[in-house]
Amino acid sequence: MADIALQGITKKFGSNTALRDLDLEIKDGEFFVLLGQTGAGKTTTLRLIAGLEVPNSGKVILDGHDATNWNAAERDVALVLQQYSLYPRMTVRGNLEFPLKSRTQNFTAAEIKERVDRVAETLQITRLLDRKVERLSGGEMQRVSIGRAIVRQPRVFLMDEPLSALDANLRDVLRVELKKLHSELGATFVFVTHDQVEAMSMGDKIGVLNRGRLVQVGTPSEIYARPLNTFVARSVGTPPMNLLDGVLKGNMAVLDAGKFSLPVASPHGGDGNRIRFGIRPEDVVLDDNGPASARVFDIENHGVIKILTLDIDGTHLHATVSAQTQVHIDDTVRFSWKPEKVLCFDPSSGRNLGLG
Amino acid sequence: MASQVMTNLDPKSRAAAKGLSDLTIRNLFIIPTIAFLIIFNIFPLLYSLAYSFTDFRASTNAPANFVGLQNYRDLLSDPFIWKNFSITAKYVLISVTGQVLVGFGLAMLLNRSIPAKGLITTLLLLPMMLSMAVVGLFWKLLYDPNFGIINYFLGLDKFEWLADPDVALYAIAIVDIWMWAPFVMLLSLAGLSAVPKHLYEAAEIDRASGIYTFFRITLPLVAPILMIAIIFRTMEAFKTFDLAYVLSSQPTTELIAIRLYKMAFQEWQTGMSSAFAYIVLIMVVAITNIYVKYLNKVKAR
Repeated sequence: MADIALQGITKKFGSNTALRDLDLEIKDGEFFVLLGQTGAGKTTTLRLIAGLEVPNSGKVILDGHDATNWNAAERDVALVLQQYSLYPRMTVRGNLEFPLKSRTQNFTAAEIKERVDRVAETLQITRLLDRKVERLSGGEMQRVSIGRAIVRQPRVFLMDEPLSALDANLRDVLRVELKKLHSELGATFVFVTHDQVEAMSMGDKIGVLNRGRLVQVGTPSEIYARPLNTFVARSVGTPPMNLLDGVLKGNMAVLDAGKFSLPVASPHGGDGNRIRFGIRPEDVVLDDNGPASARVFDIENHGVIKILTLDIDGTHLHATVSAQTQVHIDDTVRFSWKPEKVLCFDPSSGRNLGLG
Repeated sequence: MASQVMTNLDPKSRAAAKGLSDLTIRNLFIIPTIAFLIIFNIFPLLYSLAYSFTDFRASTNAPANFVGLQNYRDLLSDPFIWKNFSITAKYVLISVTGQVLVGFGLAMLLNRSIPAKGLITTLLLLPMMLSMAVVGLFWKLLYDPNFGIINYFLGLDKFEWLADPDVALYAIAIVDIWMWAPFVMLLSLAGLSAVPKHLYEAAEIDRASGIYTFFRITLPLVAPILMIAIIFRTMEAFKTFDLAYVLSSQPTTELIAIRLYKMAFQEWQTGMSSAFAYIVLIMVVAITNIYVKYLNKVKAR
């Protein structure tokens, strides 16, 4: 059980700067998700916490102690990787016992057996215990890998895209199980993913990384409703937030596309200035009396909802509507948006002007 | 059936234009090799098998008499031959163990990012590429009690490496280790670099000690390829002739290959030496088989 803090971390690989002046605080017992694209520095951050990398500058604080120069063993963390990293040519039991059998641990054979059996039961892999790891399926391997992490009861669990290599169904099942495991163990989890659905559904808190910088930290709903900038805005939500350029005139947004005027409940950025307006697809509403019109470019039917792609003279925006809505491709529809949901971004810096 | 397995000749190719069929081309490639194998390998093998049951001597015109298993019986009851075998066994053991320890150790040292790694590896591989006879000759100079550089550096004065009957075999084994440890190193290096790095990281995270990691992760993964190196080196060491022949002529260094050579080409006991060669062949095949069985077991684990 531990608090983790990263202070002013910079990490370079040759001439390439992976992390730039990163500050991060993760509280004890939190399920913290690092979200970012490939190369954003998520895995590097995780490896720094694990002690597999040493930062060029900055500090790693574990439970108030400066752990920057501690090695991985001293930090007492567990790491679950996307490629499972099971020890080959051993049985599942051999793998689960491995962390308990090293020199720093003094467990009796009975203790080891008891712990391994309990973990196997938690993860429902008891029947696999005597099997060689080479003969397991992907999902089973990942369970064993998670089991190997929890058997030692470390301070922190670090997970590097553990579900990415699994198929969709299994991913959903394990996602729920991991969440349950977190609440049972009450330990600190740091979970790295590029999948925003995973981030939103699992995290107590999300940290959004972009090119080595931590852009925003917040609860999933904060990140979703009050993104700090357009990058975060487009990182979460499916389909991503619509960004439409226009000019703010009083309480009205005048869009470049189609010159439509739509109301804005809380305008920011100054009258007459160019603004990038952000609106989530579910806040775009089809309305026969709406002020704007567009051609239906594409329809994706997801069963419960339909995702429409609307085309205004070449500018596309998404709208999520109920599956019952009757629309056809190439229909012209009128629409509006929910004025209280509109966000105003600075068109050059991408900053959310509503957050001061 | 066989013609279905083969790919068909492109009808527009030059070979087709010359009226060659697929089958003809296949035969053109295969028949010379098979002929070569039959003439130089299979035929002598069978011919010497036949000789091994006779008292034939290649140095005389006397006709060969069939003596049945007499040659084999004589050889296997000859205490001097058994002495040769035990010398060879000792030599194989020392030399292969040495090569594995030195070679694997070098591989462990090289299996990390160090400057000029490629150059160091290449330099270490050089001994392996030299001719056995040349290696034997210059090690003879290195070992020389009067002006040899080894005694000079070790401060051993006039220590006689090759003339001392108790030391000569070790001296030869050292040369063999020097020459062939790089071979073991090369194979071990291939095995070591195939061990995924993330396994070591996982073990580090799991707080395993270096020794524990080595025996539980590194060694099991490198074992199959190391076994292959050991098989090759055992077979070679068993057959060692040139190195020992050039370096020393002590009775304590008379390996079976040397004994065999003397029997065949100095004493001209052609029939007897054929039988001897067969005994050696059977032993090498047997030892190799044991290794291969073990190798398969290691792989299956």
